Amino acid sequence: MIMADSGSSEEVAVIGNTDITSTESENNIINTMVEKGTALLRKLEINVAEAEKRTGKNTVNMQETYTVYLIEIRPAETVPEGGTPAAPDTLWRRYSEFELLRTYLLVTYPYVIVPPLPEKRAEFVWHKLSADNLDPDFVERRRVGLENFLLRVASHPVLSNDKIFFLFLTEEKGWREAVLETGFQDKADSRLKSLSAMFRVKNPDKRFTALKQYSDELNTVISQLLRVRARVADRLYGVYKVHGNYGRVFSEWSAIEKEMGDGLQSAGHHMDTYAASIDDILEEEEHYADELKEYLFYTDAVRSVCRKHELIQYELEMAAQDLAHKKQQKEELATGTVRIFSLKGMTSKLFGQESQEQRESRLAALEQSIQEGEHAVKEKNAECQEFVRTAWEDIEHFKEQKDKDLREALIGYAIMQISMCKKGIQVWSNAKECFNKM
Amino acid sequence: MSVGAPRGLASSGQKPITEILHPLSAAEETLSSGPDVTVNVGGDQESGLTNGTPVETSSPASASLLFNRLQLDDDSEADARDPYASTETRDLFVTVDDPKKHVSTMETYITYRVSTKTTRIEFDLPEYCVRRRYQDFDWLRIKLEDSQPTHLIPPLPEKFVMKGVVDRFSEEFVETRMKALDKFLKRVADHPVLSFNPHLNAFLSAKDLNKRQGLALLTKVGESVKHVAGGYKLRARPPEFCAMGEYLDTFTQKLGTIDRIAQRILKEQSEYLTELREYGTVYSSWAGSEEELRRPLEGVAGCVTTCCGALEDMSENMSQDFLPVLREYVLYIESMKNVLRKRDQSQAEYEGRLEAAILRKQEDRTPMPVEVEKCQDKVECFNADLKADWERWQSNKRQDFKQLLTGMADKNINHYEKCQAAWESLITLLQEKQTEDKTSETN
Repeated sequence: MIMADSGSSEEVAVIGNTDITSTESENNIINTMVEKGTALLRKLEINVAEAEKRTGKNTVNMQETYTVYLIEIRPAETVPEGGTPAAPDTLWRRYSEFELLRTYLLVTYPYVIVPPLPEKRAEFVWHKLSADNLDPDFVERRRVGLENFLLRVASHPVLSNDKIFFLFLTEEKGWREAVLETGFQDKADSRLKSLSAMFRVKNPDKRFTALKQYSDELNTVISQLLRVRARVADRLYGVYKVHGNYGRVFSEWSAIEKEMGDGLQSAGHHMDTYAASIDDILEEEEHYADELKEYLFYTDAVRSVCRKHELIQYELEMAAQDLAHKKQQKEELATGTVRIFSLKGMTSKLFGQESQEQRESRLAALEQSIQEGEHAVKEKNAECQEFVRTAWEDIEHFKEQKDKDLREALIGYAIMQISMCKKGIQVWSNAKECFNKM
Repeated sequence: MSVGAPRGLASSGQKPITEILHPLSAAEETLSSGPDVTVNVGGDQESGLTNGTPVETSSPASASLLFNRLQLDDDSEADARDPYASTETRDLFVTVDDPKKHVSTMETYITYRVSTKTTRIEFDLPEYCVRRRYQDFDWLRIKLEDSQPTHLIPPLPEKFVMKGVVDRFSEEFVETRMKALDKFLKRVADHPVLSFNPHLNAFLSAKDLNKRQGLALLTKVGESVKHVAGGYKLRARPPEFCAMGEYLDTFTQKLGTIDRIAQRILKEQSEYLTELREYGTVYSSWAGSEEELRRPLEGVAGCVTTCCGALEDMSENMSQDFLPVLREYVLYIESMKNVLRKRDQSQAEYEGRLEAAILRKQEDRTPMPVEVEKCQDKVECFNADLKADWERWQSNKRQDFKQLLTGMADKNINHYEKCQAAWESLITLLQEKQTEDKTSETN
């Protein structure tokens, strides 16, 4: 948009924009993802088109009902005039497969803030909204969330190039085996063990500390916001629905009136319309809540990256410490002084000096160990630096994305509020007309 | 011919003072204006009589009989007539305002200024300004009820308020009460018969209201008058009055329901408001940990706060303007039902006496006693007055509720307009920033 200097042209552009719906605003976010474009997205168009219920036997041979989602892949070329678009390649995936994909990505790219999946179970629910996983509204919102996830991955500069991700989109059968073949499970297990362990880093990276703190704050505030929003929705629902009672009483009252009857009756209908309108209004607001939830879950991914960095940092510090210790030992052995307590040293003091041969072989072993240690530290250092570099690149990219997406979400929310106000004005104006005819 | 106790003649619409003929002019009694006059000056009959024909009033009964006949003919005109169209012909304007607190050793109370503007010759001056307290309004109402038993007297706001529960001196309470008193007085002043009542004249003009007799005594007297005709059973109530009774019962019910709904809405809105306020503060606190998003988030917090304010205003308005009017109408309906009951009783009395007289006539050929005739007059007068008052009441009710409900619609529209404006200005702000960013990117 080219900005003219006069304010009036700006106003014209803005007024037009307030009529876009929240779905359009959502599409704006997706379009930005596609615009920025990765190689993958330049080639393919990705949709999660449908959801279907299936029943089958699970691993313990019990009947279970689950939902599968249809992924559609189309080549991203423009269709010629009058031509029909190519039929998409499709496959079905269930939620647990998405989870598997994400876990794989988390382990394989520890320095990347991996996009989150939509929630497994409905949370922050206001009372009229179902918390049932099989409820059609929940399934629909989940479908949208899964599509969003795939697009986020497909638009990520690093993740979009992953082979397993590509296979997820294209190979229905055999994908599971392919993932397991990568051996990521082993890495996952060891990582998991070390992540749960308690350790302290001596020289924490200030940037990562600040990021972790921000991520925690964001997590707290969005949780709070979602909780209060649910309560607000509940109350607003009550206000609207009680107005429906006016519909009934006006209708009853109109029965005993002569001139006033018609006006009252029609006004009553408008009150019914008003009461009914809240259902759609709040359903639309759920999209906004979902946008917030995505970033709530993103904070977990950010936290995870910070933690992994801490782990690498810790391992580096441990390796460096170990090396320093060994060097110290060598020095003592060479000079004969005992500054560091060692069992060998004590026993030789107690039981007599060792022979020259023994000393020299020990020195050689230490030298070897030191060389290995130096190599380990060098490697670990490189790993750490590489992690910091790639992680920070991704973090900057994430920050930009977050600011943009959340601002879009807020604009979308404001648009929803305006739409609600307009509807309210319409209904009450209609009712007023009826009252005037009384 | 006996004039006897002051009786209201058949009521009619508003007429300019020059066209109103004194119904007793044929009998050549002098008119005297002022508070001590005991003869009621009644309005003229329907518009059909404005050619100047003096009314034959040898007996008030025949006047009302005449009126009854006219009533039927002029029904079509009555429909077309809008009670508020003739403001140019109104000659008595009253206002209640300016509440003031008075503290004395015995008690503390509020007085209101009652201002009158009039061209009526019954008043010595064209303008009056007096101060009255609730007690005085109550006195007036009782006087009107006693002197015009066949008419519907508008209601007063509730007399007793529980001390400790309601603050009698709070601004809202005084404001609400004052509006109701103003409405009461305006309704009386607009009534073609009641507005000529000498007690109203005294109320509006006298420096000190002479209320020597205690109010309590008066009330008791009023009560006993109501019951004097008791003991007679009503044979057959005319269908139009049955219909009125049924209508009033159903209407009271519906008003009660509407009152409950309105209160429930206020309660839900209040709870919504509480949550909404907290909602706004969360956005504010989020803004604190953001850089780029700080202004947008603060903007949202601001909008939410504005909406809270708008909602608060609307709720307060509804509480002060809407609910009291509803409740007042319930009182009005009670008054109307009372009048219907009194009418029933006077009819019962007439029927009882008539029956007794007929029996006696059959026995010893005594002529129809005068009491029976008087009763018949009373009943017919009552019926006529009541019917006319009923029409006026229906018409006023229609206007009042039209105003009340359109007022409610307006308040809601106003509330939404305020909220919409707030959110629209936020979007302008947010989208401005967006285009700013975009241009800085391309530069």
